[in-house]
Amino acid sequence: MSAAEEVVTEAPAVEAVPKRAMTLGYGTSLVVLAALVIIPLLVKNFIIFQMTMLLIYALAVLALNILTGGSGQFSLGQSAFYAVGAYTSAILMEHAGMNYALTLPIAGIICFGFGFLFGQPALRLSGVYLALATFALATAMPQLLKLGYFEHWTGGVQGLVVTKPDAPFGLPMSQDMWLYYFTLVVSIGIYIASVNLLRSRSGRAFMAIRDNEIAASAMGVDVALYKTLAFGVSAGITGVAGGLGAIAVQFVAPDGYTIQLAISLFLGMVVGGVGWLPGSIVGSAFIIFVPNIAEGISKGLSGAVFGVLLFLVIFLVPHGARQVAIVAQQLIAKLKKN
Amino acid sequence: MLMPIRHRIATALLGLAVAAATGSAASAQKKYDTGASDTEIKIGNIVPYSGPASAYGVVGKAMAAVFKKVNDDGGINGRKINFVSYDDAYSPPKAVEQARKLVESDEVLLLFGTLGTASNTAIQKYLNAKKVPQLFVATGATKWNDPKNFPWTMGWLPSYQSESHIYAKYLLKEKPAAKVAVLYQNDDMGKDYLKGLEDGFASDPARIVGKESYEVAEPTIDSHVVRLKSSNPDVIIFFTTPKFGAQAIKKLGEMSWKPVTIVSNVSASTATVMRPAGIDNAQGVISAAYAKDASDPQWKDDSGMKAFDELLAKYMPDTNRVDSSAMTGYNMATTMVEVLRRCGDDLTRANVMKQAASLKQFAQGGLLPGVTLSTGPNDFQPIEQLQLMRFKGERWQLFGDVISGEIVGN
Repeated sequence: MSAAEEVVTEAPAVEAVPKRAMTLGYGTSLVVLAALVIIPLLVKNFIIFQMTMLLIYALAVLALNILTGGSGQFSLGQSAFYAVGAYTSAILMEHAGMNYALTLPIAGIICFGFGFLFGQPALRLSGVYLALATFALATAMPQLLKLGYFEHWTGGVQGLVVTKPDAPFGLPMSQDMWLYYFTLVVSIGIYIASVNLLRSRSGRAFMAIRDNEIAASAMGVDVALYKTLAFGVSAGITGVAGGLGAIAVQFVAPDGYTIQLAISLFLGMVVGGVGWLPGSIVGSAFIIFVPNIAEGISKGLSGAVFGVLLFLVIFLVPHGARQVAIVAQQLIAKLKKN
Repeated sequence: MLMPIRHRIATALLGLAVAAATGSAASAQKKYDTGASDTEIKIGNIVPYSGPASAYGVVGKAMAAVFKKVNDDGGINGRKINFVSYDDAYSPPKAVEQARKLVESDEVLLLFGTLGTASNTAIQKYLNAKKVPQLFVATGATKWNDPKNFPWTMGWLPSYQSESHIYAKYLLKEKPAAKVAVLYQNDDMGKDYLKGLEDGFASDPARIVGKESYEVAEPTIDSHVVRLKSSNPDVIIFFTTPKFGAQAIKKLGEMSWKPVTIVSNVSASTATVMRPAGIDNAQGVISAAYAKDASDPQWKDDSGMKAFDELLAKYMPDTNRVDSSAMTGYNMATTMVEVLRRCGDDLTRANVMKQAASLKQFAQGGLLPGVTLSTGPNDFQPIEQLQLMRFKGERWQLFGDVISGEIVGN
């Protein structure tokens, strides 16, 4: 074992999260769900669009959370999987005339395969080295999408314009609202599946690897298999998010999926709380709305203001939204006692 | 359903009758769409103030300065301009979000000067479906001139294709036997430039003996220049962004190789390309321009340049005046103000498009003498002319006539 690997295994960068603390209670979940269902009925189409993007980025953050919070592997390459998902959906819709809903599982499966294969060589790396390898993937992706060989399909540097679907069965709702509820259903499905995955045998294996690889393999966990599996699942979910993103934005172009996106998703995961799945939506809200707030404060210094806000969050609540939730829970418990 | 329509037709007819009867008074009739009122015209804009292309943020700041000056001088036909400019960080998904915010939440009359080919492509379909003008987009792609399919979208910059078309025209005339090598950036800009050149040489494609592309992330392009030399061309053309333009010209000097050299207008700045490349190396380099270069001393006493400098001094004193983005923003906003002025009291979206499509040889102080804006119902490409120039001493010298690089169809 190399010295670097020892360092990584000695001090795990990802703190162990007990598996029950990974989800919300039933009551809170229902309140959040009710809010997500009712709010769109009361607001403008533009806000519905923002909420759709909120759910889509939340899915992508959730996928990274399974990888990092669940199995303890880092990735700065999520934008690449997101791009593959987005392009898969866009190409199938525009060139093959396929229904948008059918393109999503295909995008998920292709990204799962892509992530699983990428996980094979990545197995030999851990910690910062793995982060760098995925970083390379994210940097290469926009250029790969521009390649002349694929240009007939990808539209090259010009990208592809996607047609937004209408509500089916003549439902009296706008395209935006329909797409929102569609995204909501997909998101809830993936959220429930993810929670169950982490509670299952495989989930326990992920967490065992995260907490101590050697101990996990001594207990009979196939470390190689589960590490690549975590990569595959994470990539697959990111791919579905990418596909939904392409439909919502109605456009895919190589420049939309740069390393910036990967860093945003990573940021969202940290702000939401590493390893706490419901935090994904908080992290997603952070990466969508806080840049807007920063811009409102100062246009010329929006990047600096964003940096200050981010610093405050990391400084005051280093464990992100999870910490806030725990404090809130304790307060409520105290009030109940009194 | 029938009655109200009939009623509306009757009102319209009545309106027409009144208009005919009162003559000029009819034009004083005030008509507004969302975003316009007796006191205000609300204009939306999206520019990358942050992110990888944040250098272009100056374009938005210069536009804001022009509108502020217009407001301080009393506004347009008594109405103040409310310029709402958002940041998209050069990301198409963010551009869609911001465009929807401008249209649905801020309720602007039109979008003006949105920057970036990808961002504009992302919002084009939405704006055309909503029938909101997407005027004078800040990108040189050729596709904005498509009034049949996108009647609410209009370009402004001379397209990259028309520019390289002009180089081809020039070479065919002046150097009929020359072999040409091209270095281009591997993105929409570089490819558009290349296409214009290839179209210009359509009669004799074998003239282009060498083609090399580079990625914007490459640290240096020296090796590409060396490779192009091996194809032994008489003319070398650089369709690059400023940093690479300077590198390429410098490399030619280091190799003591002196072919006829052409650089794209994008990399023709005296301050950011020619001086860093070395004034000696830059002698004789050819390019084309449509706007005045603020770093060029020949415009020092020019009235148009003085107006530009006054604006900068008063409204954005901390801007680097030689940054060509400031001039671009200034020129675009000047066109926008003119179009709104011509709209008079009929500030409907349809009328804005109509006025924008009826510019006839409109000249501006920031553009070269002889370069004018012309549009029509089937011509959504305001600037089509450029003038060739050659670098001599420490400045560009314009030569020849203003040439039109009009591209027919798409």
